[in-house]
Amino acid sequence: MKDFIIPPMDWKDERDMGTPAKVGAPVTLSIDGFDVTVPEGTSVMRAAAEAGIQVPKLCATDSLDAFGSCRLCVVEIEGRRGTPASCTTPVAPGMVVRTQSDSVRKIRKGVMELYISDHPLDCLTCSANGDCELQDMAGAVGLRDVRYTAPDGGGLANHFAARNTSGEANPEWRPKDDSNPYFSYDASKCIVCNRCVRACEEVQGTFALTIEGRGFDSRVSFGAKTDDALASDCVSCGACVQACPTATLQEKSVIEMGTPDRAVVTTCAYCGVGCSFKAEMQGDQLVRMVPYKHGKANRGHSCVKGRFAYGYASHKDRILNPMIRDRISDPWREVSWDEALGFAAKKMRGIQAEYGQKSIGVITSSRCTNEETYLVQKLARAVFGNNNTDTCARVCHSPTGYGLGQTFGTSAGTQDFDSVEHTDVVIVIGANPTDGHPVFASRLKKRLRAGAKLIVIDPRRIDLVKSAHVKAAHHLPLRPGTNVAVVTALAHVIVTEGLMDEAFIRERCDWDEFQDYAAFVSDPRHSPEANELLTGVPSAELREAARLFATGGNGAIYYGLGVTEHSQGSTTVMSIANLAMLTGNLGRPGVGVNPLRGQNNVQGACDMGSFPHELPGYRHVKNDDVRDLFKSVWGVEIDSEPGLRIPNMLDAAVDGTFKGLYCQGEDILQSDPDTKHVAAGLAAMECVIVHDLFLNETANYAHVFLPGSTFLEKDGTFTNAERRINRVREVMKPRNGYADWEITQKLANAMGANWSYMHPSQIMDEIALTTPSFAGVSYTVLEEKGSVQWPCNEAHPDGTPLMHVDGFVRGKGRFIVTEYVATDEKTGPRFPLLLTTGRILSQYNVGAQTRRTENVVWHEADLLEIHPHDAENRGINEGDYIKLASRSGETSLRAKITDRVSPGVVYTTFHHPDTQANVITTDYSDWATNCPEYKVTAVQVSPSNGPSEWQEDYAAQAAQARRILPAAE
Amino acid sequence: MSPEKMVRMANQIATFFKTQPKEDAPARVASHITDFWEPRMRAQLRDYVEQGGDGLDPIVVQAARLT
Repeated sequence: MKDFIIPPMDWKDERDMGTPAKVGAPVTLSIDGFDVTVPEGTSVMRAAAEAGIQVPKLCATDSLDAFGSCRLCVVEIEGRRGTPASCTTPVAPGMVVRTQSDSVRKIRKGVMELYISDHPLDCLTCSANGDCELQDMAGAVGLRDVRYTAPDGGGLANHFAARNTSGEANPEWRPKDDSNPYFSYDASKCIVCNRCVRACEEVQGTFALTIEGRGFDSRVSFGAKTDDALASDCVSCGACVQACPTATLQEKSVIEMGTPDRAVVTTCAYCGVGCSFKAEMQGDQLVRMVPYKHGKANRGHSCVKGRFAYGYASHKDRILNPMIRDRISDPWREVSWDEALGFAAKKMRGIQAEYGQKSIGVITSSRCTNEETYLVQKLARAVFGNNNTDTCARVCHSPTGYGLGQTFGTSAGTQDFDSVEHTDVVIVIGANPTDGHPVFASRLKKRLRAGAKLIVIDPRRIDLVKSAHVKAAHHLPLRPGTNVAVVTALAHVIVTEGLMDEAFIRERCDWDEFQDYAAFVSDPRHSPEANELLTGVPSAELREAARLFATGGNGAIYYGLGVTEHSQGSTTVMSIANLAMLTGNLGRPGVGVNPLRGQNNVQGACDMGSFPHELPGYRHVKNDDVRDLFKSVWGVEIDSEPGLRIPNMLDAAVDGTFKGLYCQGEDILQSDPDTKHVAAGLAAMECVIVHDLFLNETANYAHVFLPGSTFLEKDGTFTNAERRINRVREVMKPRNGYADWEITQKLANAMGANWSYMHPSQIMDEIALTTPSFAGVSYTVLEEKGSVQWPCNEAHPDGTPLMHVDGFVRGKGRFIVTEYVATDEKTGPRFPLLLTTGRILSQYNVGAQTRRTENVVWHEADLLEIHPHDAENRGINEGDYIKLASRSGETSLRAKITDRVSPGVVYTTFHHPDTQANVITTDYSDWATNCPEYKVTAVQVSPSNGPSEWQEDYAAQAAQARRILPAAE
Repeated sequence: MSPEKMVRMANQIATFFKTQPKEDAPARVASHITDFWEPRMRAQLRDYVEQGGDGLDPIVVQAARLT
């Protein structure tokens, strides 16, 4: 007999344990004669599974709480009457369980017989053939025949036959709902196990699905009777499809292609949550992406982007051959890799010879892997011989790097995502997680439904303020641009009412600096009342919110680009850090400062030294010891002066001193502010090399196009918002011929370098060698542990889920005075409204990927949200074409009238190049980092007949610039 | 970079450090600019200061001498 004790979690073990894992004191019981020890609260079903005994089940799955409806999992327990369901029965000390006996076998067979009596027996042609739990259970219980037969002259009522044998329509039958582009709902296959409904509630938290009717009439429904899947509240996260044990909710790709034959665990290429997925394959064809249950960021959940929106990888617009041209007015010419790289290298070296060593640079992207990004900055530093390297984090989270670096000593979020399960009060500021970081939002909503309190600080009434079974305790709808005033007012209340955690501050922070800070925030001019007119936030509400955060238990702050993309972005980050220190909310689960990163590898791109002032690991180029270290590995001198940041590169280009750019995976023309200035900068350059999947907007100004590979086509790592380094795995060969790291290496070598990396793992080894926080990271370690959070080194061989546990990285936490300074961007008679920008669930960033998927059914154009009062004043109706103008430029788009925005505030997204919201945004930026002020632009809105002159010119230029000459025979 | 943009960026930095208690604002501004501004931007700032520094915060003018 074996004794079975709670085993260590094996990240490759994907068995369905039936019910969720529990944490608690060990309990020992006997199952089929084996002693099993599991945590208190564990179900008998899970305890059996831990010991390797699978109890038959249908309505249970380990992502959902036990429900106890199918009765297939009944067992015998000594001393208990009847046959309890093992999924809903918790273990007890000394319990003696038998999972098999004649009587339970008979019960299970009877249950299955009933299920199968109302199920079509078309297994061979069913889309779930080979992947159907109903089929598996029929086999497991030994069902051999179904005794229910129709009486003479009559038929048995059923849900699966469209017509009876006489050809009459079956009133119980429903046609397939194919309205969702990615999955179908076939009611005829449904066993009403409730797993989809519970997944929508418990896992996703949307509550789009329900069971309508009673008894035999019960069926799964997308809300109201008239709703189909697409018209309902469904957000297409795929949780229901994942939970469905039959073919009822099934991916259309599986219906079309059949079941996959192999699976590779990899990491999503969309937002900063960095979900782990299994890419399920047939040969080199991707059948579906399935959220990986042991993914530590997502814990088996997904959103519509990662789960379904991968079609861009095989979209017809993808460019697969290198192209060059002498002038941007010429059409593109397809050439060999050698010719393209030779052309690029010659141009770049020529520019350096003519205009100096610092006249060229690189821009990398948070959509690229750590290894790619590392190579691109190395290209600038070691091959170009300058520090002109920047990344798109410049325009999103650079203030996070500066602000958290100044206060805590490290440029990263403090927690892991699991931490949210231990939080009591959450502040969400300048972030819209249900759209931008949906899987994190689901985890947050789960915690909120369990009783945690929420404070939302946002100009818009985002979904989290009020949605199904979630309601914010306080929504502070501030005027865009007043973050610092609001957060400082929160601190004012906490300090003046004596609610701060003095013991924490004395022990962990610099007490003298705290004194200065406390004196500063206590000044009556920082009170909520004194700021009410400025911020628009009712003072009483703000006071209540401050009290709740200070006294409500574990307090966690999650923030996004609504914090950073302001003139005072860095100051707001510091004010958030102050607030966390003030309330002692650091260094344990459930608390912390958590920047929600926009893109998958924002954290990694920053870690890898993409910024022009610092080498990998956030070490300034002015430090001799760091430069010496890299010199010893790279064999070249490194410039000790900071390089140009993205906006500086464009300014220098307009000035004529910056002439060449290698831009990998980033579309600065669409994503960066003040499009006209970006276009002018690009047009002034002599060699723009765009390395991307598609002819993006920046490529309209490029001379060399190097086709890129998708995340499915290469090996590498992404580092998500919780500092988690996750593997990206090659599941198919690059359609363009080379993985992106190989292309950068080829470009470097064409320019005279002598790089010889054979595999990205060697690049990671070099990162580990040169960067102390990555010292313990290698592909071998990642293979073994699944993922690690940096710092991962000798002191933390398993990585670091929580930062600043015993002390801050910089020693004492530093309180910094955060004086509110109004942005120069002010409303006035010409531009009386404030525009703020954001993103939507179904689209991602510039939309280059998601616009090339069926996600467009949810969002085919950018819309301008405007309050009914502002719309009425201007004679604007829902859906009208309107002109949106700022001092930078004007564009036109359609209006959506909604009170989600306050009067005086309008909102739009930037997913579509034909709208180009960034024609409107200005060149104002964060004082410390030059992060653009996307979130505040003074605008006017007026009725319009159609596209602006600029839009028409732009479309014409883009069409002209995208011409490709037919390949020579 | 247009002079107006440079003046605005430099003044923004000065505005922050002026609010910090017990700190030598010109030195902090200078060190921020040295750390984050590329040499040609710093040269432009110094030239601008030499030509009178119109519109610059006096702290930036002091700082420019330290960069």
